[in-house]
Amino acid sequence: MAVKTRRYSARDVTVLVIGLGVAIVVNVGLIWGPTLASVGLSGTDWNGIGPLDWVGGRNYADLAGAYPPFWSAIRNNLLWLGFLGLVATPFGLFCAVLLDRRLRLSRIYQSALYLPVVLSLAVVGFIAQLVYSSDYGVLNAVTGLSVDWLGDRSINIWVVMVAAGWRHVGYVMIIYLAGLKAVDPALKEAAAIDGASEAQTFFRVVFPTLRPINVIVLVITVIEALRAFDIVYAINRGRNGLELLSVLVTENIVGEASRIGFGSAIAVILLAISIGFIVTYLSQLFREER
Amino acid sequence: MTLTAPAPTRASGRPGTPPRRPVRPLRVLLHAFLGLVALGWLLPLALAVYASLRPYDETARLGYLSLPEHLTLDYYGRAWSQAELPRYYLNTLIIVVPALVVTLFMASFTAFAIARLRVPGRRTLLIVFTAGNLLPPQVLITPLYTVYAMVPLPAWLSDSQSLYDSYLGLILVHVAFQFGFCVFVMANFMRTIPEEINEAALVDGASVWKRYWRLTLPLCRPVLAALSTLQFTWMYNDFLWALVLMSSGDKLPVTSALNNLRGQFFTDYNLLAAGSVLVALPTLIVFQLLHKQFVAGLTLGATKG
Repeated sequence: MAVKTRRYSARDVTVLVIGLGVAIVVNVGLIWGPTLASVGLSGTDWNGIGPLDWVGGRNYADLAGAYPPFWSAIRNNLLWLGFLGLVATPFGLFCAVLLDRRLRLSRIYQSALYLPVVLSLAVVGFIAQLVYSSDYGVLNAVTGLSVDWLGDRSINIWVVMVAAGWRHVGYVMIIYLAGLKAVDPALKEAAAIDGASEAQTFFRVVFPTLRPINVIVLVITVIEALRAFDIVYAINRGRNGLELLSVLVTENIVGEASRIGFGSAIAVILLAISIGFIVTYLSQLFREER
Repeated sequence: MTLTAPAPTRASGRPGTPPRRPVRPLRVLLHAFLGLVALGWLLPLALAVYASLRPYDETARLGYLSLPEHLTLDYYGRAWSQAELPRYYLNTLIIVVPALVVTLFMASFTAFAIARLRVPGRRTLLIVFTAGNLLPPQVLITPLYTVYAMVPLPAWLSDSQSLYDSYLGLILVHVAFQFGFCVFVMANFMRTIPEEINEAALVDGASVWKRYWRLTLPLCRPVLAALSTLQFTWMYNDFLWALVLMSSGDKLPVTSALNNLRGQFFTDYNLLAAGSVLVALPTLIVFQLLHKQFVAGLTLGATKG
């Protein structure tokens, strides 16, 4: 890469080329290269050793027609996104708004809400089993029911999403709280003088100034929903109602049958879903800038 | 902390704000709500701690929600010595510390070049790097797994003699994957540093390296602190990379090793609870220690950005 500006000495250019070069090589070699390779491999029936045979779209046809976990995974991933986006994220914002005032004990409330965020999702998965276990679990003991929360494939995705939301709310809350604290107090003051109610002040004055924060939170929510993996893997390896696209990909490589081509086809579907969000987000982000 | 009085609430029914605030029903409701939510949020963790202190046959008989007959630290001893947690903590450190340092170093320099210098194509670079971090890891994991198995490494670097199943492989993947996010955050932060500082240095004829290392980086301390906290937590909590790119049980980081506490046919959840608590402890401690810095870093970025 040539840096054609008089301001830079030869040594500056060398430093820049090396610094950026390493970054680009690592990024392309370990992120974008493999991503493109996934797309290529998805058209083959490779099993990790033998020869590479091109099979065209057959993996995709099999996926849609002859692989039942695929459609439950699609449904579960969408549910996951909907739950985080429409329930957990607004609740996190709501808590942040409530906490953004001079309150005694505010720090304690914040810490409690934020605590699950630093836990690994695998740990969250294990804790969920203590709560939801059908025989000894707390939920059944409290409600007097004897529901197999994690084993019943019509409900388990919902209770697992609650566990994931438990972690997500705190994450969103802390980001919004930081954003709210940064809002110029004069704005709120002016709104109060003008006779705006607290709700009006929030929706008309404060919320619009939070725009950069909203974008960050939106991205975090989408990423978390598409990446969801550890928690279901810790619970039952993502089977029996807890299928997710991420799990299906992993199962096809670390599982007994090493179906690289087929696994790649699932990865490409995941890529196709996420790339839509990524492009929308980035184009909005970078359009604003200029 | 807001310095203004909260806007008068309609529910209080009082015109004007009195100088000493009386107990307002709305405030009581607020505390009740937040207190309940906080309690609800802590309960699952408290339950894990509680379960880890009780013998299996007791909870199997009475359920987790019951009064204790015996409390014991036995499971912690077992998780610590039988499951060899100290060794896995060490594995995590071997992976996370270099990965964290290298990620922040590479990302800060890249962010500096993108935000402060007129590097051609800087916008495209930022977009590509940021997008790379947004990809779900599964999108790239299959080829990565294949390539890792093919790349040979000398035996002193990896006893598996390939990038697969090596510490270096995990460090690399953490660096590559977290890099994009760090560049994005730092580039945004660096843009908020007044341009004049840079210009003054330019007049003095400072080199690129000097402007990065001496001028820009020291000003980035808050964002570096925030990113270190975040990245430490994320890398520490990683489960997937180690699951797919490691095969020897004794090299796993502690989070993935937790899965080994599950028996093949029978899982002692109380033991698992003790293990979970031990695994969660370092991140909880880091967060408690750096909480202020972390929030301060986020706030700084938000106010100026």
